[in-house]
Amino acid sequence: MPKQSPVPDELDQPFWDACNEERLVIQNCVSCDRLQHPPEAECFGCGSGNELEWREMSGRGRIHSYGVVYDNTVALRIPDQPFNLAVIELEEDPEITLVSNLPGVPLDEVEIGAAVTVIFEETPATGQKIPEWQVVE
Amino acid sequence: MPTPNRLGSTAPESIFRSQEGLGVWEHKGKVAAVGIGHSPTARRWDGTAENTIGAWCLMALRKAIDDAGVPPEEIDGLVFLPTTTTGAHWPADRPIPMDIVNAYETTDDPLDGIAKLTDTWLLKNMPELTNVKFVMAGMDCMSNAIAIAAQAVGDGMANNCLVLKAWHNLEGRYSHGGANAEETISGNQKWSNPYGSANSWGTAQQFQRYLWKYGKTKEMMTPFMVNSRRNGLMFPEGYWYQHRPEELTEEDYLESRWIAKPANLFDNDIPIHTAAAYLITTAERAKDMKQKPAYILNHAADRTIQRGLNQTLEEAQRSCASTGRKLLEGAGISASDLSFENMYDGFSLFHVFHMEGLGFAGVKEGEGLDLYQEDISIEGPHPVSPSGGNVGSGRTRFWMHTDSIQQIQGRAGDRQIRIPAEIGVSGGPLPLYHSDWIVWGASPD
Ligand SMILES: [Zn+2]
Repeated sequence: MPKQSPVPDELDQPFWDACNEERLVIQNCVSCDRLQHPPEAECFGCGSGNELEWREMSGRGRIHSYGVVYDNTVALRIPDQPFNLAVIELEEDPEITLVSNLPGVPLDEVEIGAAVTVIFEETPATGQKIPEWQVVE
Repeated sequence: MPTPNRLGSTAPESIFRSQEGLGVWEHKGKVAAVGIGHSPTARRWDGTAENTIGAWCLMALRKAIDDAGVPPEEIDGLVFLPTTTTGAHWPADRPIPMDIVNAYETTDDPLDGIAKLTDTWLLKNMPELTNVKFVMAGMDCMSNAIAIAAQAVGDGMANNCLVLKAWHNLEGRYSHGGANAEETISGNQKWSNPYGSANSWGTAQQFQRYLWKYGKTKEMMTPFMVNSRRNGLMFPEGYWYQHRPEELTEEDYLESRWIAKPANLFDNDIPIHTAAAYLITTAERAKDMKQKPAYILNHAADRTIQRGLNQTLEEAQRSCASTGRKLLEGAGISASDLSFENMYDGFSLFHVFHMEGLGFAGVKEGEGLDLYQEDISIEGPHPVSPSGGNVGSGRTRFWMHTDSIQQIQGRAGDRQIRIPAEIGVSGGPLPLYHSDWIVWGASPD
């Protein structure tokens, strides 16, 4: 299942570099101890711009919710329709969410609240790896 | 006009009542909507000069002025929305038909009046508006424009202020092509696009969690959908009434194809081409106009920014609850004072979050779908979405306002609710971010 390759920019390069090393890092504000994702130039909690660091995550999370996509707008994903598209909440802060196609989970057999762990999937256009999530058996 | 912000709006945020605890609105009952004007509706622009979105704006504005019975030279305010689509953008490689552009007074942008709007284009093409002194560009929705006009008229910046919202629609599907057709992805979409995307997925995943959290079923949406189409088929200004007068049956809804399950085709509103305008004035002036005043008792805004990539159900619920408190507090009413509610419904699945946040008919979080199983019709004790909303009349985000004004004025025709229409509420679009609501009253108190 080919996926679009995200193109890193100056701000988020460390996130994508870490993915290529199969590590999940999330932007954290040292000054108010608050994670944020997607990364921004400043902390949305306290407005600080120079107290932002990249913190390594455990790679554990839960399925927050999901939908089953039958009619999607991204050309590369059309051959795989329908597919699961889930919201993953991170163990470190459940309000920080990422998305996942939940590889290995049969269509629409998604258990909200189930524990998941991060894996990394290579995208064909540039080889950039992206986070994906697998249900923990 | 002040300099636009990055979103094209010239309205300072100080206009909007986005905080809780502000007390009763200082202009409660001192401002009213009187005139209403609608263009026809079409599925898409037919490519003719007389049916450009600009032409239909002029028609809607003139009808609103006429409906109120105000001489055009007494109009001194205009609030409009520069954007006229959420997805039908003019393709960069499509030639612009200059004969059509030149059928009107032009500005330096040939797409003006075709796929966008400026105040310059509107005023150049309405020479009868000789005294417009207050002009402001709002953000996206009629809800935003009404809130600006209500505050501006209350503050004395304008006496007779027109508000206008238009939607153009062109050939082709929303959101296909462009960055979605590439093998790489930049910008904000890089976080989600690799996994696939559907416009209704964000709401679908919230609703899926809602069903799980409260033990409800998707089928419980059906009475709302059937009722909304029924109300739309009694809305002569709307798309389904004018072009496809077909009722929506339970089977139609439940058997329609999935877009992003649990959102199906009918949970996604249909993009259309149309325009509407209202005349907002002072309560004093309204008394002498042709129509009964629909008093504005409050306006409230939500400017909450979601925490992360995906707005969660819990964020939506917190936002809707806060909006509900702001609306009631500023109008000095309680939820039981509401005769009807016209909260936003495009996508249909989040209407229940708005309704619960408002506490309409006593519903609490998790109980909204139960209310749908009772009598929510215009004949019943708690009319839900008597406008039929976007579900009943197409994607405009303004049917709810037209209907609220008409209900209060007693001229909603076949849609007129059977209990007295004393106080109602309308607005949207989403939970969070950039949403605005209005409380309407038949009496200024
Ligand atoms: Zn901070």
